[in-house]
Amino acid sequence: MDIRDLDNYHNMELLRFTTAGSVDDGKSTLIGRLLYDSKSIFEDQLEAVERTSKLKGFEHVDLALLTDGLKAEREQGITIDVAYRYFATPKRKFIIADTPGHIQYTRNMVTGASTANLALILVDARKGILEQTNRHSFIASLLQIPHIIVCINKMDLVDYSQEVFDRTVSEYKKLSSRLDVKDVHFIPISALKGDNVVDKSENMPWYQGSTLMYLLENIHISSDENHIDCRFPVQYVIRPQATEFHDFRGYAGRIASGVFKPGDMVKILPSGFTSRIKSILPLHALNITDTIDEAFSPMSVTMTLDTDVDISRGDMIVRENNNPTVSQDIDMMICWMSEKPMMANGKYAVKHTSKDARCIIKEIRYKVDINSLHRLENDKNIGMNDIARIQIRTTLPLFFDSYRKNRITGSIILIDEATNETVGAGMII
Amino acid sequence: MILYNLNHLRILESEAIYVIRETAAQFERPALLFSGGKDSIVMVHLARKAFFPARIPFPLVHIDTGHNFPETITFRDKLVSEIGATLLVGSVQDSIDKGRAVEEKGINASRNMLQTITLLDTIEENKFDACLGGARRDEEKARAKERFFSHRDEFGQWDPKNQRPELWNLMNGKKNIGEHFRVFPLSNWTEMDVWQYIAMEGLELPTIYFAHDRDCVQRDGQILSASDYLSLRPEEKIERMHVRYRTVGDMTCTGAVLSPASTLSDIIHEIAASRTTERGTRTDDKRSETAMEDRKKQGYF
Repeated sequence: MDIRDLDNYHNMELLRFTTAGSVDDGKSTLIGRLLYDSKSIFEDQLEAVERTSKLKGFEHVDLALLTDGLKAEREQGITIDVAYRYFATPKRKFIIADTPGHIQYTRNMVTGASTANLALILVDARKGILEQTNRHSFIASLLQIPHIIVCINKMDLVDYSQEVFDRTVSEYKKLSSRLDVKDVHFIPISALKGDNVVDKSENMPWYQGSTLMYLLENIHISSDENHIDCRFPVQYVIRPQATEFHDFRGYAGRIASGVFKPGDMVKILPSGFTSRIKSILPLHALNITDTIDEAFSPMSVTMTLDTDVDISRGDMIVRENNNPTVSQDIDMMICWMSEKPMMANGKYAVKHTSKDARCIIKEIRYKVDINSLHRLENDKNIGMNDIARIQIRTTLPLFFDSYRKNRITGSIILIDEATNETVGAGMII
Repeated sequence: MILYNLNHLRILESEAIYVIRETAAQFERPALLFSGGKDSIVMVHLARKAFFPARIPFPLVHIDTGHNFPETITFRDKLVSEIGATLLVGSVQDSIDKGRAVEEKGINASRNMLQTITLLDTIEENKFDACLGGARRDEEKARAKERFFSHRDEFGQWDPKNQRPELWNLMNGKKNIGEHFRVFPLSNWTEMDVWQYIAMEGLELPTIYFAHDRDCVQRDGQILSASDYLSLRPEEKIERMHVRYRTVGDMTCTGAVLSPASTLSDIIHEIAASRTTERGTRTDDKRSETAMEDRKKQGYF
C-alpha cells in the first residue's frame, strides 16, 4: 500500500495513544524513532535540532529537542505539558499525546490519557518496574485506556537477555493484577538501536511476538467505541431563519455512544417525552435530502424528530428502553489539577457532556497513593496532582453512565468559579 | 457482528465540527478568521456543515495586510458571496494610517508582525469573544501544545503556562470580562490530512496553490514573488519560474516552491515525498528559534 494513494488513505484508521516517561527512560528517543522511521520528521525540523544540539555542545543529535517545544522547557530541559505529535503509516494515522512522567505532572498524564485508545509504557530493562511504572499503569487503568503496550527498553544494555525480559514481565503482571486493565502486551526493544521498534530484532531470536510498529498498526480498536448504549447529548439547536426551511428544527451533536436510526423511538431527558427519529443529516453532503440510515459514535450529526418537542442544549436523546442514570448525587474518582487545593464543601461549576451545572463537594472519601496504590482514608487534603474518591451534589440532575461503561457520559470536569480554570477531572463510578 | 468504522478523515471532521458547534454554543460573539488559505477554506466548509441547513451563525474576519496575492482576494469574495456569509475586513493599512502600527523597514520588511495589532484591534472593536482559526499542531513546535480552546488574557496574550487542561471532549470556554479565546478545530489535522480532505470533498482552492508561471526572486534560499511590495537588492534578479505555494500568507514572506504539480493528486504525491515542512516556506518563522512562540505570546493567530 502507498500512503499517497487516495483510496487507501480514505481507509486509514485513527489511533490515539499516550506515552508517559521521564527524561532518561528513552521515551523521546522512541518517539523520535517512530517519527523518523515513518518519515514524519522533515529536513528543516531535523536541521533545527542539529543546529541546537551543536550550539549546546552535545556530541549527538538530541532527538528530545524535537518534542520539547516551548522556550521554558528547553531552558530547563524538561517537558511540562502535553505535546501532541502526528505520524502516519499506510494503515493508520497516529496521534501521540506525549506527557512527562514525573509525579508532579500527574495532571498532564491524566489529560493525555483521557482521549487515548492505547498507552505506551516504557520500562528501563536495567531498572525493572519502578514507582513511575506503577503510576503510569494506575493512570491508564483509572482513565480506562483500552490497550496497554509495555516496552521493556534498553535491552541492548542487558545483553538482550530473555531472562531479564521474562522477569520484568512477571513483575509487571503482579502489578497489573491489582489494576483494571484488559489488554496488555509486552515487547523487548531498544529505542536507540531500533530493535523491535519497526524491524524485528536479530539480537533477540527468543522473542516471537510483534514489533512495536506492527502492534500499533494492527491492534484491534474498532470495538473500543460503545455501540450499545445510545446517548446523544444535544449540543446545538439548528433553526434556519429562512423561508425554505421554515419548519426545520435540527438537533446537532456528536453521538457519545450507540447507534441511532431513523424510525427509532427515543426519549428526551430531562423532560421524559418520547418521539421518533425522522431523519439524520450526515455531514458529508450539504444537501437536505441526503440523509443516512444509521449514525454511530463518534459521528457529528443533526437529527430531526417526528414531533415538536421542546429540546435545548444540555438535553440528551436516548433510546426508550436504555437510559442513563439520572441523579444529582454523583460518586467519582477525581484528579485535582489546580494549585489551589480542593475545598471541602466547596462549590464549583461543572461541565458534563453538553450540560453546565454547579456542584458542592459533599464528601472526600479517600485519597490514593498513586505510587503504592494504597487508599489513604484519613488524608482529606486534595492538592494538585492528587487522585481521590469524592461525592458531589449538583444543582441539576445529570444524565450519566459509569465511566467504566462510557468514557463520554461518565466524565466530568470541575471549574473554579472565580478564575474559570479547569481544576478537576472526574470519572464517575 | 457489524463493524461501525469511520475512517480517520471522518473522525477528524466530526471532531472539528464538534469544536465549531461548541464555540457557537459557548460564546456570545464568535468569529471565523479567514485568510483565504487552504486551512481557512476547510474551516469555512466545516462551519457550513456544522450548521446546515442554517447559515454560518458568525462572521468571517479577514486581517488584510494589503500585501495579499490578488488571487486570494478574488477567491475570498467569490466564496463569501456564494455561501451568503458576512465578511469583515481588518486592514493593516488602516492601523498604519491611524498610527497604531509602524511599517517595518529594510529589505525584508514585512507586515506579518503588524497583523497582530490589527487583529487585536478588530477583536476589541467587534467585541469578539472567540476567534476560530485553522492553525494545526503539526505546523510548528510552539503549536504542538496548543489547545482547542486557547485562552487569551485581556491583552490578547497567550500564556503557555496558564492554559487549561483539556480532558475528553469537555471544552471550558468560561472567561472573565475582557478575555477571549482562540479556537482551533483543526488541531489534530496534518498538512496531508488537509489536502486529502480537500480532495475527498472536492473543495475549490485559489489558483496559486497549483503550479503556474510567475516572476520570482531568489533570496536566502526562498523563492519570493516579485511584486510592488518587495524591494530588490542590487544583485537580485527577477526570473520567470514554474512554481506553486504550499501556504498562502503575505506576499512578502511566503515562499513558493518549484513544482510541476497542477492537480490535487499531483500535490498530494508531492507532499508525501516532501522532506521539508510547509512552514519551511515561511521566512516569518525563521527569524529566531522561538519566533512563533514569541508572536503567539503577543497575540498572533
